Parts: sequence; C-alpha cells; structure tokens
Amino acid sequence: MSSKSANSQRSPLARARGYGSANEGVHTFLAERVSAVALIPLTLWFVFSVAQLPLGSYNALQHWVASPSVAVMLVLFIASLFYHSSLGVKVVIEDYVASEGIKLAALLLVKFAHAVLAAAGIFAVLKIALGN
Amino acid sequence: MNSPAPQQARPVERPLSPFMLGQYYRFQLTSVLSLMHRVTGVGLSVGSVLLVWWLVALAGGAWSYAAFSQHAGAWYGQLLLLGWSWALLYHMCNGVRHLAWDLGYGYSIPAVYRSGYLVAATSLLLTAAAWGVAYVL
Repeated sequence: MSSKSANSQRSPLARARGYGSANEGVHTFLAERVSAVALIPLTLWFVFSVAQLPLGSYNALQHWVASPSVAVMLVLFIASLFYHSSLGVKVVIEDYVASEGIKLAALLLVKFAHAVLAAAGIFAVLKIALGN
Repeated sequence: MNSPAPQQARPVERPLSPFMLGQYYRFQLTSVLSLMHRVTGVGLSVGSVLLVWWLVALAGGAWSYAAFSQHAGAWYGQLLLLGWSWALLYHMCNGVRHLAWDLGYGYSIPAVYRSGYLVAATSLLLTAAAWGVAYVL
C-alpha cells in the first residue's frame, strides 16, 4: 500500500487530531477471515480424526499425537483457533461493554487468556511429540 | 418556536432490547442464525479451554489423563462434547456462508434463506456423521 495521505480525503490536521478511522481496521477484518479459511479444513480434520479415536485409551492417544503429521496439524489447529477466537471475542466485548475502563480490562484479560491457552495447548502437543 | 414546552410526563415504556424478543419482535431464520453464530462463537471460545485441558492432561501422564477421561466419558461430558461438536460445525458452516457474503455472493432474500436452511441442515448432518463415526466405527 502506498502513502496513506496520497489518496485520502482527510486533511493532515484531521489526521493529526486523531478523529475518525485510524485506517487500520482492515487488518483485523482480513485476519479474522484468513484464520477462518484456514480453520475450515483444520476443523473438519480435527472433528473426524478425534471421532475415530478411542478417547479412553491413554496409550492410543499418546501414539496418535506423537505422529509428526498429527502434531503439526494440531499445532496449526490450536494456533488458528485461538487467533480466530481472540479476534471474535474482542469484537463481542467491543460491542457490548460500554464502560471504557471495564472494556480495556476485559480486552486485556481475554487477550492474555487466549495467549496462555494457546501456549499451553501447543506446549502439550510438542511435549508428547518430542519428549517421549 | 412558540410551542409550549412538552409536558414532562412519565416516559413511555417501550420494550427494551433484548426483552422485546419473542413478544413484540417476530424471529426470522436469518436473525436467529446470525444470533447463533455469535452465541456458538463465544461458546466455542469457552469450550476451547476443554481442548487445552484434554491435551495438557494427555501430556501430564496416564494418571492426569484418567481424571480427564473420567469426566469426558460421563454423561455430562458426552453431552458437552455433543454440544461443542455441533457448535463447532455450525460456526464453520455459517462461517462459509459469511465468507461467501464477503465475496459478494448470495445477498438476495431467497438466497439468504436457502443458504440458511442449508447451513442448519449441513451442521446437523456433519454432527450426526461425526458421532456416527465415533460410536459405530
């Protein structure tokens, strides 16, 4: 993308005052959709793979996660899922929480929670795949 | 501008959102599916904790996995998994519908209803297929 001011209708003063759109919302919009596209095959793979597994069998599941292709798919699934989820929940909070203070706190909390869960999930997969 | 000031009577009590739903506001398939996209999305975000619990329990050894497995195999665990799998597949199917709209397709009213029914049916069929695979195979 070329210089923002080149094809903008806004004066430099309006931009400096910070009124109106920051012109950066498109990134979030696209990121939500790109992660959605990635999640279509990953979700179908995950649901129908897990459906075939004996969920009560610890050894069978360890063996399954330890397979390189499965471990890679699981890491991709977790990363895409939590990225997409954090963007989605962010929009919901922005829509429904009116108070700026509570909104900021909720947004931070949700962002950190997503980071923690994604890290824990990916670490668990890597531990099984690499550690044993 | 000489009109008298309006009387400060009690404000008219109009139905407030969302309490008008179902009473004064008639649901349509379109609005219900849209609402469900958001509800399942938030539900899936909460449900993703279970996904991480599953993997962390598995990485933690046979003992920690047994604790997870006990809950996942119980009736409430199976019920949660059923709800979670449908929510995931519904959100995915309706997400494809949203992606088509983003590309500019399917905006006519008949098309929106057709895709809506298709999404509802497909999400149920995929859920049934997944549980069929889990229990029959």
